[in-house]
Amino acid sequence: MTHQFLFEIGCEEIPARFVRNAAKQFTEKTAKWFEEQRISFEEIQTFATPRRLTVAATGVAAKQNDQVELLRGPAAKIAKTEDGSWSKAALGFARKNGVDPISLELREEKGTEYIYAVKQVIGQGTQEVIAHSFSSVLESLTFPKTMRWEATKTKFIRPIRWLVCLFDSQVIPVSFAGVTADRITRGHRFLGNEIVISNADQYELVLKDQFVDVDMDERQNKIRHQLLELEKQNGWHIPIDLELLEEVTQLVEYPTVVSGQFETEYLELPKEVLITTMREHQRYFPVQDQSGTLLPYFVTIRNGDKNALRYVSQGNEKVLRARLADAQFFYLEDQKWSIENAKQKLEHIVYQEALGSMADRVERGRKLALALGELTGLSKEEREHLLRASSIAKFDQVTQMIGEFPELEGYMGREYALLQGENPKVAQALYEQVLPRHAEDELPTSRIGAILALADRFDSLVSGFGIGLSVSGSQDPYGFRKKAAVVVQLLLHHDTLNLSLTKCIDLALEVVEESGKLIHPKSEVKAELQEFFGLRLKALLTESAIRYDVIDAVLASEIDNLPFVLQKASVLMECVQHNHFKSETEGFIRVANLATKGNQHTVDRALLEASEEIKLYEAWSIASEEAKQAQNAMEVYKALSRMVPSIHSFFDHVMVMVDREEIKENRLALLKNIDQLVKSFAVFDSIVFEGE
Amino acid sequence: MNFQQMIRELQQFWSERGCILVQSYDVETGAGTLNPMTFLRALGPEPWNVAYVEPSRRPADGRYGENPNRLYQHHQFQVIMKPAPENIQEVYLESLQVLGLNPLEHDIRFVEDNWENPTFGAAGLGWEVWLDGMEITQFTYFQQVGSIDTELVSAEITYGLERLASYIQEKENVFDLEWVEGVAYGDVFYQAEYEHSKYTFEVSDEVFLFSQFESFEKEAARALDQSLVFPAYDYILKCSHTFNLLDARGSISVTERTGYIKRVRNLARRCAKSFIEEREKLGYPLLKKGGV
Repeated sequence: MTHQFLFEIGCEEIPARFVRNAAKQFTEKTAKWFEEQRISFEEIQTFATPRRLTVAATGVAAKQNDQVELLRGPAAKIAKTEDGSWSKAALGFARKNGVDPISLELREEKGTEYIYAVKQVIGQGTQEVIAHSFSSVLESLTFPKTMRWEATKTKFIRPIRWLVCLFDSQVIPVSFAGVTADRITRGHRFLGNEIVISNADQYELVLKDQFVDVDMDERQNKIRHQLLELEKQNGWHIPIDLELLEEVTQLVEYPTVVSGQFETEYLELPKEVLITTMREHQRYFPVQDQSGTLLPYFVTIRNGDKNALRYVSQGNEKVLRARLADAQFFYLEDQKWSIENAKQKLEHIVYQEALGSMADRVERGRKLALALGELTGLSKEEREHLLRASSIAKFDQVTQMIGEFPELEGYMGREYALLQGENPKVAQALYEQVLPRHAEDELPTSRIGAILALADRFDSLVSGFGIGLSVSGSQDPYGFRKKAAVVVQLLLHHDTLNLSLTKCIDLALEVVEESGKLIHPKSEVKAELQEFFGLRLKALLTESAIRYDVIDAVLASEIDNLPFVLQKASVLMECVQHNHFKSETEGFIRVANLATKGNQHTVDRALLEASEEIKLYEAWSIASEEAKQAQNAMEVYKALSRMVPSIHSFFDHVMVMVDREEIKENRLALLKNIDQLVKSFAVFDSIVFEGE
Repeated sequence: MNFQQMIRELQQFWSERGCILVQSYDVETGAGTLNPMTFLRALGPEPWNVAYVEPSRRPADGRYGENPNRLYQHHQFQVIMKPAPENIQEVYLESLQVLGLNPLEHDIRFVEDNWENPTFGAAGLGWEVWLDGMEITQFTYFQQVGSIDTELVSAEITYGLERLASYIQEKENVFDLEWVEGVAYGDVFYQAEYEHSKYTFEVSDEVFLFSQFESFEKEAARALDQSLVFPAYDYILKCSHTFNLLDARGSISVTERTGYIKRVRNLARRCAKSFIEEREKLGYPLLKKGGV
């Protein structure tokens, strides 16, 4: 007969963003503990609300599985006395392990005989084991942020106030954080009471009666369902933001949707202002009509039942009204300023003491954007738009709206620019400059937007590194890692811009130098930045499941043309699977090993003697030409690999380090050229083969 | 329920639950936390339970009395229970009922908010308490005060009185709140709001304020050299308020800001350390008495 096990950790409100993972972790660690303890079970269910993390296991065995342990003792020659009886050493071994000397036996291992004790370990009762050591599971739970409370030194996500531990109907009094488990749980804060759970299998039902929906997915579905009902009743469309849905699911134990409304005059505010106010500040779902236009309604999820919903709705309306009135005030105030006024105000905002004001930053960004624009062959119209957009970039930073909603930077720039009659493409570029703002965010669609976005990040990185700011360990106070990752993302996405990473860094360095803000030597800053970008690329390639040795091989070559770097990595990932790849790599490495020994760069055709070296010379000439003409990385690799037979036959038949200096130097020069050609693709020394 | 009644109800409630009632501090503070009745007493092993109203100055929030929700000076009702009782959340929720808020008719939630005051090296974990979507209370378990890990963890409960009152009295504008019958909040505070805002944003003399900051800082350090904790702390509060005035005036650049904050934090740390040492020398008198 199997049993049910229930463990509930009763907490003060756990932050919504941690609930699901905490519950998952509790389940995984419980399963692992059961396995380690040799206690079999069928399945573990997970329950969680803001106030509880619970595991419920079914089909739990009554006791641990028995186990036979084979213990090795001393070697036979010490274990036996001359008369063949067990020695003192053997008897001691038996005693230590609690086995009868009669059961000792001899077995051979790697040519030596040892004595072995066969020990039967009888499984203990599951209840005993839980009482004895389940608290280790609780101790092992980790959270991104923990706290202490009262005098106990235990750290946990929030204070633990009760524990329930039941084995069928039996309480197992496990203790943790100064609390001892019992069978009493707590219902909903306001609608429920303390309540006794008679049996582990009653958990969900008992709490349902107490207005707690303990199943996370069920609770979430309940919210979805209620939102759908509201949509039907009112002919609304309520877009479901999954992050918000998850957050509200984990903010309540018993969800009831409540809707409210606000004055239609606020609909004149830019859409994102309304949405941000509702979603980010109030955790409300905004409401749209069927065509996607915002309506003056919102939906919030109450932690409770349908009682007095009118008060709840009115209260929320009051809060939202105050917030929207604030936003409207800012919106109207901001429009009293012209863009030129705002630009002047940028002079009074310090960006970085050593790097001047925000206005200085915009000026550097403008110069860099124009220089990048020159490289990319913009149309006349695009050039004009870039000129304007780059000169008024970031003007929205001084607006009151951004003071209140910093997350709307760029977006408000576009809105205000349009209101002030700027060209829509210029306005759009102001918005695109800040993209992408987070991992899943949209990317600039226009070329001038992308250029502005790149110029902004390059200036920030280059000027920052130029005054000695940097990143160390987990410390990245200026967000340089994210900025570099965005640069990489933009260069890859806008590959038609055809911008070289090195060229961008060079141009940005020039602009910073001209502005007189470059403190550290230019070459050092450049080297640091290249290394820094290398690390970002490495992270990106690692995420794309590229082998580490392939990453090293590619990155050691060049990191200038990012789309090509990525292509090369995926080509090599394909090549490493082929049989001939090893021979090719060996060929390239043979070349590389000698290439460094030469001093001369040009090959004199006339000095080539052996047929193998003439063949290699020809193979190299062809490969160089083919690599130049290649349309993609695979074609380049193929061109390189076609040299390999000639390389091997050269090394097998031609002596390089001969006494005749001019012949030797000429051969070394040939190898040097081949090596350069290969290394412009990848550095093959990094490649690792199995068994090495 | 008028503003005055609210204060009396809360005082009555918390006094019945073992808090001593003290009065607001007489040096400018930005929050009830900075009153030494919280900041210093939260340190060390001595139990401590206290409640008081703290008029809190936030110069940057001054709006000339024109904004319905923002004030140069607002009022906090501050409760400290050290160590935090096991049922502190339930006690707090009960306190809302004495203000006439029936939780069955509202939506009350504890929303994660990890409170931090970097200037004073204070940090804690806890929540904003939401009443129908409005933040009415900051609820924090102090983990660090004066950059020192707390020995006993205090629960700090800070009610925003104006917000609560505007909800309870159903007023849209803080200046329309009823202080007592016939006397509006605006009658008491409007002129001060206007004048403090004007002074803060237009009139204050930054040369004078900068030199004040330096002098207060020196004097605080001098008092600390003599282990005079409380006088030193008063000067640290003055440093902090002077910094807030300068900051609101826009006299401190973004990069300089960090430097000023650090200067105050260093003093606060020294002061916190000194307080613990002095209490130890005194043999932790409140520990022997079983606390206040």
